[in-house]
Amino acid sequence: MFKRLPDTQGAAVAVTIDGEPFNAREGDSVAAALLAAGRSYCRETPVTGAKRAPYCMMGVCFDCLVTVDGIGNRQGCLTRVEDGMRIETQHGKREARA
Amino acid sequence: MPQDHDIAVVGGGLLGSAIAFGLAREGQRVVVLDEGDVAKRASRGNFALVWVQSKGLGMPAYTGWTINSTQAWPQLEAELKERTGLDVCLEQTGGFSICLSEREMEQRRDVLRRIHAQEGVAKYDVALLDRREVEKMLPGIGPDVVGGSYCPLDGHVNALRLFRAFHVANQRLGIDYKPDHRVGAIDFERGRFRLQTSQGEIEAGKIVLAAGNANAQLAPMVGLSAPMQFNCRGQIVVTERLQRFMRYPIGTLRQTDEGTVMIGDSYEDSTDDRGINTAINSVMLDRAQRTFPFLANVNVVRSWSCLRVMTQDGFPIYDQSESCPGAFIACCHSGVTLAAVHAYTLAPMIARGALDLQQTGVFSAQRFHVQKAA
Ligand SMILES: Cc1cc2nc3c(=O)[nH]c(=O)nc-3n(C[C@H](O)[C@H](O)[C@H](O)COP(=O)(O)OP(=O)(O)OC[C@H]3O[C@@H](n4cnc5c(N)ncnc54)[C@H](O)[C@@H]3O)c2cc1C
Ligand code: FES
Repeated sequence: MFKRLPDTQGAAVAVTIDGEPFNAREGDSVAAALLAAGRSYCRETPVTGAKRAPYCMMGVCFDCLVTVDGIGNRQGCLTRVEDGMRIETQHGKREARA
Repeated sequence: MPQDHDIAVVGGGLLGSAIAFGLAREGQRVVVLDEGDVAKRASRGNFALVWVQSKGLGMPAYTGWTINSTQAWPQLEAELKERTGLDVCLEQTGGFSICLSEREMEQRRDVLRRIHAQEGVAKYDVALLDRREVEKMLPGIGPDVVGGSYCPLDGHVNALRLFRAFHVANQRLGIDYKPDHRVGAIDFERGRFRLQTSQGEIEAGKIVLAAGNANAQLAPMVGLSAPMQFNCRGQIVVTERLQRFMRYPIGTLRQTDEGTVMIGDSYEDSTDDRGINTAINSVMLDRAQRTFPFLANVNVVRSWSCLRVMTQDGFPIYDQSESCPGAFIACCHSGVTLAAVHAYTLAPMIARGALDLQQTGVFSAQRFHVQKAA
């Protein structure tokens, strides 16, 4: 659904999305990478299980929550991609380590 | 519009709602007069415990009254679900008070001993557990936890849903709920009460004052009194939603049915419920992290302060007026815990027209009027 603008540039950044390799671009936020990868949603809500995708892209709506390198509830639009990053769809509540 | 009411309840918080619910179940035609959406309400800012341990030091009858309510709570939960379809998520698993030092453990032992040593106090189980025993029930506790007390009667609910469930149930029971009807004056003439509200006059044969801290101003209008503290502020911090990790609530730390962790139970001398004292939050969060160290990596999403409805000695006031027969008053802290006893025990007495002093006599505000020794 989303396409990159023709004039954007940047080195490839190798990440995985739900285990599958994907080349994001330097400077991408996790949310932008997910949209560029054609993902239609990034999480299922904790209470009703509704599917949600990044929405405001500027840190206010919290709809872009994902699990990054094993840590849940990370705001995808405020997190830069890094080489080797593991991005995962978040199913419901964040993990608790107790 | 039905203007013919048997009884007017002033205040639509947890007390007014629970009492109105109980009155309507007894066949009374009830009107509830409440303030508007922005009113201060302890019923919207509380910690949601249905709690027994630690209560009643100084008034043993309060322990028994509290236990009665926790025992009637499953019936209340079931009835609210049947009437409204709303699940208030009562969990009566038992609950903990956690000690982070030997000294706290000693104080805990002492409080429990003093409560149970009181003449006529209702007996209930509460066990002091060492660290190892606590850890079995609450895995993930930190090295600072020395031990704690566990009471099988303790539990918690979803307090906001409880508030909503009462309002939905009351509407279905035919209660006439009038928001934006702040009561400013009450007259009593020829056995009838006339309540002056911000939207005109309401008449009723009986009234119940359940306006929280505002009972202090309303009570003298009908020959009652409600000495309140006014300055007892509590703060609560809420985290993001986490997968279930706590099977039992702690008095200062609990995981809600929807996964958030609530951290609370501060007492502070303040009458300002708009501000937040960050120093108090730091202490509460530090203790929470020492209890469950992994919470250090968890995000906080909300925090608020709220004034408690606290009488001068901290115990409930239930009273009936001698000079204006038919006027009743109810106010207390722990209105979540006591919701069941308010609905099923107190309200039927009011419906019959007289409190059963065997049960409620000790809670009369008369106790504040003993002559001071000269
Ligand atoms: C921080 C905090 C934590 C708490 N934790 C717990 C807990 O864990 N467990 C527990 O059992 N309890 C707890 N409580 C206590 C509990 O919330 C209260 O006991 C309970 O909400 C009191 O209900 P209420 O209806 O008397 O008062 P309120 O909720 O204050 O309601 C009073 C109502 O009266 C209305 N009113 C006021 N003046 C007028 C007037 N003149 N005319 C018409 N209407 C009027 C107000 O608008 C309001 O709706 C806590 C309280 C606080 C503040
Ligand atoms: S997309 Fe709205 S906060 Fe990230």
